Amino acid sequence: MPLGYIAKRLLQLVAILFGVSVVVFLMLRMIPGDPAQLLLGEFANPEELARLRTQLGLDRSLPLQYGIYLQNLLQGDLGNSIRTNTPVAVEIWGRLLATLELSLAAMFISTVVGVSAGVVSAVRPHSAWDYGAMFMALVGVSMPIFWLGLMLIYLFAVKYPVLPMMGRLPMGLEVPAVTGLVMVDALIAGRFGVLWEASRHLLLPALTLATIPMAVVARITRSAMLEVLSKDYVRTARAKGLSEAVVILRHALRNAFLPVVTVLGLNLGLLLGGAVLTETIFSWPGLGRYVVDSLMGRDYAAVQGCILVFAAMMAAINLVVDLIYVLLDPRIRVNE
Amino acid sequence: MSRWEALHDLMSNWSAAAGMAIIAAILVVALAGPLLTPHDPLMPAPLQRLQGPSSAHPFGTDSLGRDILSRVIGGARISILIGVISVTISLLPGTLLGLLAGYFGRWIDSLIMRCMDMLLAFPAILLAIFITAVLEPNLTNTMIAVGIVYIPHYARIVRASVLSLKQQLFVQAVGHLGGGHVRILLRHVLPNCIPPIIVYATLGMGTAVLQAAALGFLGLGAQPPSPEWGAMLSEGRQYIQIAPHVAAFPGAAILLLVLGFNLFGDGLRDVLDPSLRSQ
Repeated sequence: MPLGYIAKRLLQLVAILFGVSVVVFLMLRMIPGDPAQLLLGEFANPEELARLRTQLGLDRSLPLQYGIYLQNLLQGDLGNSIRTNTPVAVEIWGRLLATLELSLAAMFISTVVGVSAGVVSAVRPHSAWDYGAMFMALVGVSMPIFWLGLMLIYLFAVKYPVLPMMGRLPMGLEVPAVTGLVMVDALIAGRFGVLWEASRHLLLPALTLATIPMAVVARITRSAMLEVLSKDYVRTARAKGLSEAVVILRHALRNAFLPVVTVLGLNLGLLLGGAVLTETIFSWPGLGRYVVDSLMGRDYAAVQGCILVFAAMMAAINLVVDLIYVLLDPRIRVNE
Repeated sequence: MSRWEALHDLMSNWSAAAGMAIIAAILVVALAGPLLTPHDPLMPAPLQRLQGPSSAHPFGTDSLGRDILSRVIGGARISILIGVISVTISLLPGTLLGLLAGYFGRWIDSLIMRCMDMLLAFPAILLAIFITAVLEPNLTNTMIAVGIVYIPHYARIVRASVLSLKQQLFVQAVGHLGGGHVRILLRHVLPNCIPPIIVYATLGMGTAVLQAAALGFLGLGAQPPSPEWGAMLSEGRQYIQIAPHVAAFPGAAILLLVLGFNLFGDGLRDVLDPSLRSQ
């Protein structure tokens, strides 16, 4: 793996993040509504308002405010939330792990189901299964997930109450935080009751969040597999008398994986975006819900921090996808 | 391929035909809205609140007793408008930026594409939420926000087409014969970029409808009492335990319209751009 390429991409990542921080900073200042007024309420007196503005640095010039923000940012300080007065970095970290747990579960479901459906469709093209699976995939990419989430809640938590409606764990149930991912922590602590409850809570939000990525993966896997299955080396493998399972899994699927990996990477972006809606529906205590609440509460520092974290994750994912691409197919020349 | 051949191919492609049928049906409902609504979509009827589907109210009533069928019909017009306007807002500047970046290359390309990368660094819904909050939540700003979010997608598609067209003999020939940049771009390059733009714009309408409904659902889009489907879903969410029909019907309408655009877009792609055909 050429180090120069990685260094160049990392520099680009830093430049994009810098740009994002400037854009977010400027746009937040354009939002109508004064945070000091919002905090102190409608009937606050002018002296109190002026004091709070000075305290929050809102009375300084914009370039100076940004300079201070950037200086703090480089030291890992994202500022304090004006609503809770706790460091934004601390608030984000706890919620980030909740979002990560949800996104990883959704990623797992979408990959396993999507790849399987795509492979089966490609192996039996133009069969009833193929048409059925591809129609379902089309419905999946057209799905308003906030509606699907509500319907799943109605079906599995209200009409047939087999799964919980919201949250990560039932009230009062806790597990010592080691990784911050409740299911992993429950496993580490050997508390299988908590693990069971955590997975029950995770199932509906993860299914909801997985719907669109699952459909995208199924469609891409099918078309990539169809292309590979018509290649000479697949015919050779069959001619050698290998079993169909070996031909499909070892010879075809491995070669069809390149476009699928790209889509998996792009899907992580979809998952992060989808988390905003899914977390709102299922009251999941993650970053997506936090950013919406912070925006409504004019919590500048919290919004800036969240958006930077989201942008950094997206950029990092794209970088990793590009690197995996090169690893999977050495024929791709990175300087191109 | 002549226009008639393309149209014939389009009609015989099941996906395009199904998509077109769904869109046409919803378009008729949207245009004939006031003639079709059995009740006034905005008129509250407190005595009839949260009633389930019945012959008088086939989709039931909402928390203010308004007829949900009438509101879903009223919302069709809003959703189609959102799709068309948002896509126009992203398509025009996106195409222009893509043309400039691809054709002139060098620093113009770098400048434009790095700005586009910056917009792409945000998850789409987050950027849309952010822009709506900055501009103030309402229907017009929802369309602007959704439009801005997708500008980079059009810029990228057009730039890629321009880069390959620039190498083609007919474009280079016009340049050697003394054709100016504007003439080359508008008369020779742009017309050849149109098929992928049409395909993407059709699929983009579905995405725009979904995103706008998501903003409405979060309370950042159309404001009450507008019968926008996302906003109706947001209201239905509060009553999901006792009256699931309040959320069920507007959501199904969103799904149907987006499915229509996606079916039509898939079919269009097969006909207009066989190189992208999903086999």
